[in-house]
Amino acid sequence: MSAPESVQGTVLYPKTEEGKAVYKTVAVVGPPNAGKTTLFNRLTGLRQRVGNFPGVTVEHHTGSFRLDSGEEVSLIDLPGVYSLNPKSEDEKVTVDVLNGNMPGAEHPDAIILVLDSNNLNRHLVLAGRVIALGLPTLVLLNMADELHKQGGQVDVLPLARQLGTPVALVSAVTGEGIEAVANFLVATPQLPEPLELPIFGDPRHCREWAVRVGSHAAYRRGATPEWTRRLDSIFLHKFWGGVIFLVVIVGVFQTIFSVGQPASDLLQKWLDTAAVHLSNLLPTGIINSLVVNGVWKGAGSVLVFLPQILLLFLVIGILEDSGYLARAAVISDKVMAKVGLNGKSFIPLLSAYGCAVPAIMATRTIENKRDRIATILIAPFMTCSARLPVYTMVIAAFIPDRPVLGRIVGSRAVAMLSLYVLGFAMAVITAKALKSSVLRSRDVAFIMELPPYRWPKWKSLGLRLMDRGKAFVFRAGTVILGVSIVLWALTYLPMHNGQPPQIADSAIAKIGHFIEPTIRPLGFNWKIGVGLLSSFAAREVIIATMGTLHGVDPESHAMDLQQALKGDLSPAGAIALLVFFAFAMQCMSTLAVVRRETNSWKWPVVQFLYMTGVAYVAAFAAYRITLLYWS
Amino acid sequence: MVFNFMRATAKQLNKKLNRTLCDLAVGESGILETFDMPPSIAEHLMNLGFVPGLEVLVARSGPGGNPRVYRVDGTEVALRRDLSKCIAVRPLREAEMR
Repeated sequence: MSAPESVQGTVLYPKTEEGKAVYKTVAVVGPPNAGKTTLFNRLTGLRQRVGNFPGVTVEHHTGSFRLDSGEEVSLIDLPGVYSLNPKSEDEKVTVDVLNGNMPGAEHPDAIILVLDSNNLNRHLVLAGRVIALGLPTLVLLNMADELHKQGGQVDVLPLARQLGTPVALVSAVTGEGIEAVANFLVATPQLPEPLELPIFGDPRHCREWAVRVGSHAAYRRGATPEWTRRLDSIFLHKFWGGVIFLVVIVGVFQTIFSVGQPASDLLQKWLDTAAVHLSNLLPTGIINSLVVNGVWKGAGSVLVFLPQILLLFLVIGILEDSGYLARAAVISDKVMAKVGLNGKSFIPLLSAYGCAVPAIMATRTIENKRDRIATILIAPFMTCSARLPVYTMVIAAFIPDRPVLGRIVGSRAVAMLSLYVLGFAMAVITAKALKSSVLRSRDVAFIMELPPYRWPKWKSLGLRLMDRGKAFVFRAGTVILGVSIVLWALTYLPMHNGQPPQIADSAIAKIGHFIEPTIRPLGFNWKIGVGLLSSFAAREVIIATMGTLHGVDPESHAMDLQQALKGDLSPAGAIALLVFFAFAMQCMSTLAVVRRETNSWKWPVVQFLYMTGVAYVAAFAAYRITLLYWS
Repeated sequence: MVFNFMRATAKQLNKKLNRTLCDLAVGESGILETFDMPPSIAEHLMNLGFVPGLEVLVARSGPGGNPRVYRVDGTEVALRRDLSKCIAVRPLREAEMR
């Protein structure tokens, strides 16, 4: 083994012949907030995907890193961990993968350990534990740009000698020093030399060791950026902190509607034009109306919400990456405590306005198990983006557009806002009930690390938006298409002398009439019943279903969906439908993710029965009350 | 009566001797000593830099005075008052304490 040389903050090792990769699978490990994901994104770019190990709830990314030789090395991005104590689930997964005990994951033959160079005294403790595993390890001291800017420093060569591993000072954001990764992957394997590592020592000794190792490497931490403190003195100010918090939350929703709506309208226009062309291409007849009115308009009516959904995730992503969400959690803690939860529930609940699925995954940061389950159970009451198309369509069809409060707002905006409030209120009531009974917990610890403020990185925001956008389009493309085709087949059966039946005699009508007695008290007819049935796959599917049902009905296929709906619902029935959608648990994806995250069927079943029961009772009440005042 | 009185005095005395993080005012600092809480929570705090022997500073108080933000080991961490009552500290500027 020839001696390593130090070149500009990077310890380089002699390359193998022809630069061939030495490792096949490399695990990326590091504490939270060390820039691990940014590094992973820089290394893999678009060559990555999200996955779950079988049987565990911990999500991880896998990707591949391409070497100059064209060879690909697969990288596993493991959850952020502070230590390797297998008590918490995230850490257990990390330990199992690193030891090759994780079924479904390849045993990594090397580790890339990402540490924050501004926090080495704390993070080196993890390094000690990871290196002690005995796998070839590359230690990356990330955020070198910040370290230098804030007057800190560290010598990598002495550090590498002490740790017995290659060490490089890098910045995943600027790309500085990142070539160390490629060098590590093609260099002669460096086995960690035996050295005293504090594997089983108590925290105090581990830390003393870390400080000692750091001081041998002339480590000097940079000063905390002054502007983080200045910003905090505003954002966490006794009075202004709360005001800014409210402005930010209102701003989030304002942006989504004021910027998202025009974008959606534009997309709608484009889809309508495409529908006309599509209609001209196909021979006239029932297939034409199915494809155009059922499938295209159905899927299209959902797709138009893509801009708003992406915008919501973008805004939440910016708040999260900049560091503001951590402050928002601190500010909201006092209010959340009133319903028995803590500030950590705020972040998932805010994202639930986009979609409950990522929100429920975001509850992992809540340490208290009961608080976490309570948050999971109430998250789907937040008005998610899948409810938007349904609300918009029903409101546009039934609520006359009149100015309210001296022309400040329209009646439709008020209706929309009330539905948001309705969902939120039910979440509060449910949380309060849960936390004072079955999910009561005594020692609630609210521990929130406040990372320095940072500029959000477009690349990582973009990758996340693409993940979300893809999932949404995929759902619109598969679930909605599938349901439309099944419905179409059911409207075509049973055939009489090769002729499709009248819609009223079709199989779908039989199903609809079968369930009609249960929904008649809510003011719904059998067509709405079929729509409701299909919406349990995903809320927005009801629009495609109604489109298909009316598309194949000669009486209404020329009308647009809003007009056609007026034949199915009375105004009171429409209100009942809105209330039903505000509360009901109509989302397979959410139930699946709840099942996965709670690791039992109990909670998804309880949640489904509770939400749908509440929805039924509330819709019935809404129908009756509306009938009294508006019929 | 007497017993009650004695108990109350003992309690006060106890409180004086064992200062907690909660007793420090904004801008004051102390040395972390012991944690009186479930081990899993204590461990999480230690991972975040709350290691016995280190200096902790009350950096600021959030809106409404709770939670408060503490600076320890170069990081800022927000804790609720009820948890900070379970962390014993040795105040650094004894003279300034009441």
